[in-house]
Order: sequence, then C-alpha cells, then structure tokens
Amino acid sequence: MIYNEAIPAILIGLPLLAAFITPIINLASRKARNAFVIAVLAIEELLIILLAWHVFTDGIVIYTMGAKNPSIVPLQAAVPIRIVLEIDGMAAFMGLISCTVAMAAGIYSIAFIKEGNGKSRYYTLLLIMLAGMLGMEFTGDLFNLFVFLEILSIASCGLIAYRQHADAVEGAFKYLVVSNIAALFVLFAIALFYAQYDLLNIAAIAKVMQYTQLDKIALVLLVAAFAMKCGAVPMHFWAPDSYSTAPAAITAMLVAASQASLYALFRVCFTLYGSLMDYQTIGLAIIIFGLLSMFIGVTMALPQKDIKRLMAYHAISQTGYMLLGVGVGLYLLGSSDFNVYGIKAMEGGIFHIINHAMYKGLLFLTAGAIYYRLGTRNLNEMGGLGHTMKFTSIFFIIGALAIAGIPPFNGFASKLLIYEACYKVSPILSIVAMLVSVLTLASFIKVFHSAFMGPKMHDVKEVPKSMLIGMAVLTFVIIFFGLFPGWVVSHIVHPAVMALVDKTAYINAVMGG
Amino acid sequence: MIWNVPFITVALLIAIGLYAVMFKRNLIKIAIGITIIESGVNLFLITLGYRKGGVAPIYTNLPSGVKVPEGMVLPVPQALTLTSIVIGVAVLALMLSFIMKMYQHNKSLDSHSRRLKG
Repeated sequence: MIYNEAIPAILIGLPLLAAFITPIINLASRKARNAFVIAVLAIEELLIILLAWHVFTDGIVIYTMGAKNPSIVPLQAAVPIRIVLEIDGMAAFMGLISCTVAMAAGIYSIAFIKEGNGKSRYYTLLLIMLAGMLGMEFTGDLFNLFVFLEILSIASCGLIAYRQHADAVEGAFKYLVVSNIAALFVLFAIALFYAQYDLLNIAAIAKVMQYTQLDKIALVLLVAAFAMKCGAVPMHFWAPDSYSTAPAAITAMLVAASQASLYALFRVCFTLYGSLMDYQTIGLAIIIFGLLSMFIGVTMALPQKDIKRLMAYHAISQTGYMLLGVGVGLYLLGSSDFNVYGIKAMEGGIFHIINHAMYKGLLFLTAGAIYYRLGTRNLNEMGGLGHTMKFTSIFFIIGALAIAGIPPFNGFASKLLIYEACYKVSPILSIVAMLVSVLTLASFIKVFHSAFMGPKMHDVKEVPKSMLIGMAVLTFVIIFFGLFPGWVVSHIVHPAVMALVDKTAYINAVMGG
Repeated sequence: MIWNVPFITVALLIAIGLYAVMFKRNLIKIAIGITIIESGVNLFLITLGYRKGGVAPIYTNLPSGVKVPEGMVLPVPQALTLTSIVIGVAVLALMLSFIMKMYQHNKSLDSHSRRLKG
C-alpha cells in the first residue's frame, strides 16, 4: 500500500491550504478553479480511504504535531505539551463520511451555485468546513477539538448565509449563537479539566480521571453542548431554520457537521469518562434524548409545506435513531448483556450515522435540484416534475425509501439492527422506533406525490450533469451499503464500535503500555 | 487569592451572559451576552494560570532572585486564552455583520420580528 505516516496531517492541512489558493486560481479561470477544488476533494477521498484501510487493518494511528519525544518537559505539566492526532476506527469512519459528503457537495455545487457573487469564496469556506470536520474527528487534544469546532461553525455560518436572503441570514445567526454558546461550554469544561489535571490530551486525561464533582460538572457541560450542536430535541430549534435556508449542497455538509458533534459526544462519553461514570444514568439520558428527537422530529415534519424544512425535521428524527442505538449500548455497557445485544445496538446506531449522512445528503441535494429549476421550496407550488426530471425523481425515490427503512436500501439494515437490539431492552423503544419509521414513510410519500406525480405543471428540464453526478455518488453508496450490509458492518462499523468501546487501547496508544 | 473573588466573578459573568442571551429581545444585546460569557470563560482560564510571585517565562532581563524555571509561570493557560480571544473576535464580527444584514431586511433589531417560525 502507498501509505505514508503523514497522511492524517495532510488530510487536515490540504483543504486548509487549498481553501486560500482557490480565490487566487479563480483570477486565472473559473474552470481551472472548479477542477482544482474537485481534484482536492478527490485526493481527500483517496487519502481517507487509504488511512481508513490502514486503521482498520493495523489499529490506531498516531501523528504528533511537533517533536515525537520532546526532551524538555515543563515543570507543572504531566506530559509534554504538543498536539496529537489520534485516529482510531471511529475517527476514520467519521472521516470517511465527511470526505464523501464533501466530495458529492463539491461536485454538485459546480452547476448549483451560480457564478458571480463570490463563488470562489464559497469554495474557500466549503474546504475550510471540511478541514474543521476532519480536525474535530482526528484530534487527540481537547483544546484542539474546541478550535476545530469553532472553525467548523464559523465556516458553516458563512455558508448558510451565502445567498444573503433575510431568511438565510436569520438561520445563520441562530446557528452561530447556538454553536458559539456550545463551544464556550466546551471551553469551560476543558478549563475544568486543565485546572485539575494540568492536561489537555484526551487519552492522558482519561488515564488519570478521578471523576470528582468538577468532572461531573464538565460531563454535563460537554453532553449538553454537543447534544445542542447535533440538533437533539429539546435543543433542536436551530436545525430546521439553518438547514432549510442554506444552499442544498451546504445542507448536506451541515448534516455531516452535526454528526461530527455527535462523534465528539460519543468520544467524551466512551473514551474520556468510560467506565468511571454511571453509564446507566447517562445512557438513559441519551436514550430519552433519542426518543424525544425521533418522535418530535417526525411529528413536526408531517405538517411542513417547505420541502427542505420537512427534511430538516426528519434529520432531527433520524439523529434520534443514532442516539437511541448508542444510548442503549451505553446503558448496557459493563453488564453481561452488553456482548449479547449491546454491541448490536451500537452497531445499529453507528451504522445509521453513515447511512443517514448518505441518504439525507441525497434528499437535500434532490430538494436543491427542484429549487434550482423551480425557484421555490413550497410543496404546494410543485407538481408533475417526474415527467421531465426523471433522474432526480429516481434519486429521490431511492433516498426516500432508504430513510423510511425499506429493503434493499441502507436505512433498512441499520434500523433492523436497532429494532432488534432495543427490543431486548424494552419493547417500547422498538415500537416507538417503528412508528417513527412508518410516519417517515408517510411524509415522504406526501412529498413524492406533490412534487413528482400528477399532470405536467411546469415546463422544466433535467438539472445539469454535475448536479446529477453529485447525487449519483451518494446513491451509489446507498445501494452498495443496502446490498452488502453484512460486509459493511463487519469491516467498517464493527471496528468503529470496538474502537469506541475499547478505552484502554485508545489511552495506551498515546501513553504507552 | 482574595476569597476566590475571580471565581465568583467568573460565575457571575457567565450567569449574566446566559441571562442576556435567553431573555433579551434585542439582537445586539444577545451578541453582547455572548461576549460576556466568553469573557467569563477567558477569565477562568487566566485565573487558572495564576501563580503567586510567578514571573513571565522570558529568560532575557529576568528579575534577580527568580529561580529558573521554578519561579516562572507555565504559559499554557495564557496561550489558550489568546486563542480563545482571537476566535471570539472572529465570531463577534460575523455575528454583528449578520445583525446588520437582518436589520437591513427587517428594519428592526427585535428578535421577535423573525421570519422563520414552526
């Protein structure tokens, strides 16, 4: 394999560098700029596949920014001060999601975002957003996590407000307020850790964690902050506004960005605290977050008339599935049942993360395609689009069936795992999950009927090729995951779950035996 | 330190900031609230780095009688605060520009005059 140990650093550094080169290339030619951005995103995808391959076969990858073994250890510090990138199975798994969605969004944007009005800056922010996501997922340092969290939220706010409509600016403002408060909570929690242990490294803190009163406060702050950023009910109010007003390609990226926060939540729960905390309570709290998100999300989605707003509420409801699956795993962690069906629940939850990023991304892209041709997001003004926009309607059907959990698409595989495992804990969990799934299908039938079926009302053409290619990338992944769920679970999802659960491996990789 | 005054100030600042964000309707006041929370967190970080009688870790022109490196302060909290301040400036600038745009569209700074509901 052509593997180089610098790949983790390149993965974060390349989009950051490319982001600021893009406007310069734009001066020469717009086509060259497009080609450059797509090339960078393709290289990122290639590198993350290489890295993930390496992680899944050889275990955790560590990259230290700065000296490997600095000779001067400052007096008060317990370990050398440096920034460590630590990529375990879970981080590589999340990196795969971010890069794939970014590539689809980048290709889609070539035609979707009209020239002029600073399209080169649009790409700049898109690349910075990718760097922020990858940084959050790869870092092994808490303060670094905070920095990338802020980079991610500033870049995404700029992109949500890209069109500068009154609605878009309002959505961006809400997102900025929420994510900034969440980030300040995180910073406060980091300061609490630093006050007690003089440490910022996740593995090092996890090793010496005492679970004092201050640690409990920090846990609450971190869980609240990341749950707020990932859009779980009751902190979901920003999600419909910013998801529906952002350009469609960015909405797909935002889904991946919220999942980076979800990853941070899991990382904190499993790695930082792990066996120390009372996981029954925290697990139960996450299950309740999950159930509320699922149910409230879907019931709010049903009456919506704005197609992207409807999908945004579904995004909240799908986040509930992930929280439910992983929450059940956390609830059972340490008990003898964990190996029986706790693992299955977590596999379902984690598998659902990647599935959701793919089909929700695809659905938002199809909504963007409709908006591109009709200039409206109102379902009442659509109709009969299936006559002319054939590919878009096929992509929409695939996305809608996947989100509703219909075989043979990927949503079915992960939802089945969640139903089965949750049933063992309490049948009520599975019943709610299935009910939500049925309601999801109902609401997407409504969308499909009012947008694509019926007599021909609008004289529109199919969307440009680059948008179709962007959607096709995600569709390919959905069908692949739907047809071979067993392979995906055992080769990608299971290692990710084990990496999340195995706290000692994560600590030992940095601190040594 | 004098009766933990800095820590009490931190708690007060964060509480005041959260109050402003949650209950004030004026968008500018919400922005001010966020800045106040941020100042509270920054003050907390700086307070952690305090060391009685410590000097800055600069070797040139070191005051006499300071033991090296025991008498010096570890500059990590200060570095963290500096980073956090820089990020705060960026966020504040972005937030104010959003408020400006919203004022242009709505002709109002009242957060209840919002357009996105339900």
